[in-house]
Amino acid sequence: MRITCPICGARDSREFSYRGAALALQRPAPDAGDDAWADYVHLRENPAGDTRELWYHEGGCGAWIVVTRNTVTHEVRSAELAAEVAR
Amino acid sequence: MVELIAKSACDGLLPKTIGSLTLSEAAPEAITSVTPFRGQEAAVSEALKAQIGAAWPAPNRMTGRAGARVVFSGRGQAFVLGPRIAPIAGAALSDQTDAWASVELSGTGAADALARLVPIDLRPGVFRQGHCARTLIFHMPGLVMHTGQDRYGLMVFRSMARTLVHDLESAMEAIAARG
Amino acid sequence: MRVNGKGLIDRSAPVGFTFDGVRYDGFEGDTVASALLANDIRLVGRSFKYHRPRGVLTAGSEEPNALITVGRGAEAEPNTRATVQEVFEGLEAVSQNRWPSLGLDLMAVNDLAAPFLGAGFYYKTFMWPRAFWEKLYEPVIRRAAGLGALSGLPNTDRYERAWAHCDLLVIGAGPAGLMAALVAARAGLDVILADEDARMGGRLLAETHAVAGKPGHGWVAEVLAELSSMENVRLMPRTTVTGAYDGGTYGALERVGHHRPRDDARRPRECFWRIVTRRAILCAGAIERPVAFRNNDRPGVMTAGAVRAYLNRWGVAPGRTVTVFGNNDDAHRTARDLVAAGVHVAAVIDSRPGVTLEGFRVISGAEVCNASGAKALESITIRHQGREEKIATDCLAMSGGWNPSVHLTCHMNGRPTWAGDILSFVPSPGAIPGMDVAGACNGAFSTAACLREGAEAALRAAEALGKRAAMPDLPLAEDDPYRIAPLWHVPGKGRAWLDFQNDVTVKDVKQAAVENFRSVEHMKRYTTQGMATDQGKNSNVAALAVLADATGRGIPETGTTTFRPPYVPVSIAAMGAGAEGPGFAPQRFTTSHKAATERGAPMIEAGLWYRPSYFPAPGETTWRQACDREVAMVRNAVGICDVSTLGKIDIQGPDAAQLLDFVYTNTFSTLAQGRVRYGLMLREDGFVMDDGTTARLGEQHYVMTTTTAAAGLVMKHLEFVHQCLRPDWDLSMISVTEAWAQFAVAGPKSRELLNGLLDQPIDDATWPFMSCGKIAVQGIEGRLFRISFSGEHAYEIAVPARYGDSLFRLLVARAEGMGGGLYGMEALNVLRIEKGHITHAEIHGRTTAFDIGMGRMVSQKKDCIGKTMSERPGLMDPERERLVGLRPVGAVRQILAGAHLFNEGDAAVRVNDQGYVTSTCFSPTLGDTLALAFLKRGPERYGEKVRMVDHARGVETLCEVVNPVFFDPEGGRVRG
Ligand SMILES: [Zn+2]
Repeated sequence: MRITCPICGARDSREFSYRGAALALQRPAPDAGDDAWADYVHLRENPAGDTRELWYHEGGCGAWIVVTRNTVTHEVRSAELAAEVAR
Repeated sequence: MVELIAKSACDGLLPKTIGSLTLSEAAPEAITSVTPFRGQEAAVSEALKAQIGAAWPAPNRMTGRAGARVVFSGRGQAFVLGPRIAPIAGAALSDQTDAWASVELSGTGAADALARLVPIDLRPGVFRQGHCARTLIFHMPGLVMHTGQDRYGLMVFRSMARTLVHDLESAMEAIAARG
Repeated sequence: MRVNGKGLIDRSAPVGFTFDGVRYDGFEGDTVASALLANDIRLVGRSFKYHRPRGVLTAGSEEPNALITVGRGAEAEPNTRATVQEVFEGLEAVSQNRWPSLGLDLMAVNDLAAPFLGAGFYYKTFMWPRAFWEKLYEPVIRRAAGLGALSGLPNTDRYERAWAHCDLLVIGAGPAGLMAALVAARAGLDVILADEDARMGGRLLAETHAVAGKPGHGWVAEVLAELSSMENVRLMPRTTVTGAYDGGTYGALERVGHHRPRDDARRPRECFWRIVTRRAILCAGAIERPVAFRNNDRPGVMTAGAVRAYLNRWGVAPGRTVTVFGNNDDAHRTARDLVAAGVHVAAVIDSRPGVTLEGFRVISGAEVCNASGAKALESITIRHQGREEKIATDCLAMSGGWNPSVHLTCHMNGRPTWAGDILSFVPSPGAIPGMDVAGACNGAFSTAACLREGAEAALRAAEALGKRAAMPDLPLAEDDPYRIAPLWHVPGKGRAWLDFQNDVTVKDVKQAAVENFRSVEHMKRYTTQGMATDQGKNSNVAALAVLADATGRGIPETGTTTFRPPYVPVSIAAMGAGAEGPGFAPQRFTTSHKAATERGAPMIEAGLWYRPSYFPAPGETTWRQACDREVAMVRNAVGICDVSTLGKIDIQGPDAAQLLDFVYTNTFSTLAQGRVRYGLMLREDGFVMDDGTTARLGEQHYVMTTTTAAAGLVMKHLEFVHQCLRPDWDLSMISVTEAWAQFAVAGPKSRELLNGLLDQPIDDATWPFMSCGKIAVQGIEGRLFRISFSGEHAYEIAVPARYGDSLFRLLVARAEGMGGGLYGMEALNVLRIEKGHITHAEIHGRTTAFDIGMGRMVSQKKDCIGKTMSERPGLMDPERERLVGLRPVGAVRQILAGAHLFNEGDAAVRVNDQGYVTSTCFSPTLGDTLALAFLKRGPERYGEKVRMVDHARGVETLCEVVNPVFFDPEGGRVRG
């Protein structure tokens, strides 16, 4: 599998490490309540289709990247810098 | 009176010539990481030009010349390989001189040997002279620079110098043995 | 038998090799199979289950029968296909799966027991008694069945992995592949042309028809000459593309050393390539399928295309009297070529009625229903118009039609489509993104069609990549129609083989259907059809035709099993090449490594780092003696230890302090410059991630220390927090771990030692506990931190790594002059346990700040990562297992890490579990065993007694629960 790092360009997936759903970007406020925090820390969708997930370009530039990927076809549809998505 | 004696990262390991390829230590005088703070990229580039005559590089590129290069080294970061630089307003500087093992692989087939270890596209028309990449060198995160015809600069963490030499030596031997 | 005037072998270059110890001659360009056939060797192996005599069936990598072991000892490579292995001077090949010899194989008795050994036999027979399976049945079956055996010796050969990148990967260098590569290369694409054969050209090397008015191989040579002259073309012979993966990545196995003597130990045997390409064209050709009839596995029964290949490419007639049997026009070519070469053709048996041909006897509307001959074919029996006739023949060239090699198109879950006109599966379009298909593997069987499809696919590739390309004038070539009628299985008694390599017969497949294993996937597993090393390349389609017939369905609805990578067997050595020995993982060495090894210190691995365990002194015979001495040295004088492996992260910028406040439970924005503070870091789920000290070097400048094990993890975490959660914060982070050589100088004499070295002496007023700053040693600028993991008056001194070796030796010499010296990881561990300091043995991922007694370090004045979740009631429950110290109180003084704790009087069973031991040591300082443990309501139970029970090692110890800070609980010593 190949991921196009927005900074470095197309690279083999072994340069990246995987974290999980891009939901991790949406950290609740400290007082958001138990449900919001349980959702944030523990609950993830498991779609058959497009999913947005976080990868870290650990063997590259060190950017965190939001990758949109299809779990059925494995197609990597897009990759954006997490810092820009989060802003 | 005692004296502290300096030892390079590849002390006792290099140089090595195998077939058409030569691997030698190529440690710059200093390695300084430069990270511009928000909105300071242009000012930092000017400061670098003033100090060593090389501008801020685009991703995967290096500027300057041998002995005074600015090399893309990661997200929002570049390494100055060359003389020690003075503090730059608007940038975080970190002395990385001793943090890296720096080697040079040169000779006909250098790119073929690297292709044993490095997953990126090294075709000379793609990874041209003046290009660089943060990528993997076998199992190690590293920095690969195309510094000249059949000539590449490679950097990994200092502690991994022995592994770097081992891995490159294996690749050089395999190339030589194919004949 | 060699045929004069035929073949592309180099008759001026004879080579000698041995098979089962006997020397034979071949020529350069021969495979072991062609050379054995040239020497009239028909019997080359024994079959997997029934030990049936077997000979060469095919002329390619799909060969199921002719498996040999090449080389001997550690160099032996079993299951090498004789049809792929090139001969070279000195090659040693031996046959497999026979005892005592190939000719006299005593296990052939299995063949007589065949009625009992059919599909499902093992499942049904060896059910009972259960214990017999492992002890008796399985070993016996394993000895009787099998292919080649591994040597059992470590593999000393080199293997290699490499990357290649291109615009277009052309897989297969037959007419379609050559044409595709030529058109694409002329259009300026970077082309890799990979072919599994040693010699490129595909079927053009095996056929006699002309291309562009020249012999096929002549046209091939011209194209190859042009391709090799082009900078943008890379020819990869002996390279089988084994798999198609996501994103235009392909796996390929190159045979680098198999075809030549081992005259250079550095030369790899194989190279496993990862080829990354923008487009690919599959031109993998087609594989001929046998016809299933009684005893169709006799040596001498071969595929018709293979017989033709041996004749035309290798100049070998596989028999003196050849019979051809087929259901399609292509088979006739074999007869024509043999006759033209002067080889006697006894008859052509065509299953289709009304076939007439000139030049030899044709029996139309007939079938071969049996083959005879013990170790080589002697005769066949044909059935024609209700009558049977025996024909003497020593070679039968059979053809049940051709199967396009669709395998790679199925590697990403694609399913091939049934093509009724050619009675085979063809690739479904778009099965692999970016891959096109051309030629025989696309069901286009004539040479003209292959050339045309190859060129057209190249044009499409060029267009997709934005290059202009022109359709060339296609060379003139045969465009004969391929006519075929169904013939899968000739009915009759006896066993008719489908899967030669796994010994699966028509009967087995029918039996599967009878027992309701009607799904093709179930049939496969029940019969093991297609599960051998050849993956049923020449038998799967026929097997599912038999299944379709037996279940009353059509072939399309029966479907196929799934083709998965690799297309041919890939040795694990090739896939893992380079990653053995020192290549297994990077080895990280400190600057003091050399000095430490000179002292005889055994090294332990900490992550990728190598750290000294202890430093044996003369006269010491156990590690404990060294460790006890080193601990006493630190407590009484001064010890030196390399701590460079701890992670160090340089953090600078206007928002550096804010980041630290957010990732640590405690506050760092209030830390004064020149001071150091201990910090605790949580994961977002509230559990402890890491701990360490962070120093403030300037207003906007900190250096954070992590544990050795978590350095990478923490860096990644900090980048996550910055980039993903607080992208607006302005700061920079970079690892400086490797920039510094850092040594702990610990013990009551530490300052005295340093003051003998530092350019400016230090004292308590300028360097109080938890202070830091710049120092210089002989003019070399460094950093000094007054911090302590040992609980003693201690410092960590850091200098640029290049001076590490030098400073280390200097420190050691000074320390030894003061009654101190080096200490290793064992002593370090004892020192920290005596002080109740935690490591990742305690913060192992399931403990909270509350559990380790640091609940109050979670600041209530600010948010931080993990704070909200750490306040969950379950994580603040006093009943939780919490950190305590343990000391033995009974006769048994042993406490073991990993052992569990129980209340006195309770049975030592899980429901009564009270906690567990994480760290333990013998403390020379206190003269007793100490341990750190997690115990329910721990801190409330000081003074109580608990039982430590280690079921695994059979140890039970009565312990007292105590404060985990065993030594100097007031902390007076660190302040010196
Ligand atoms: Zn990147």
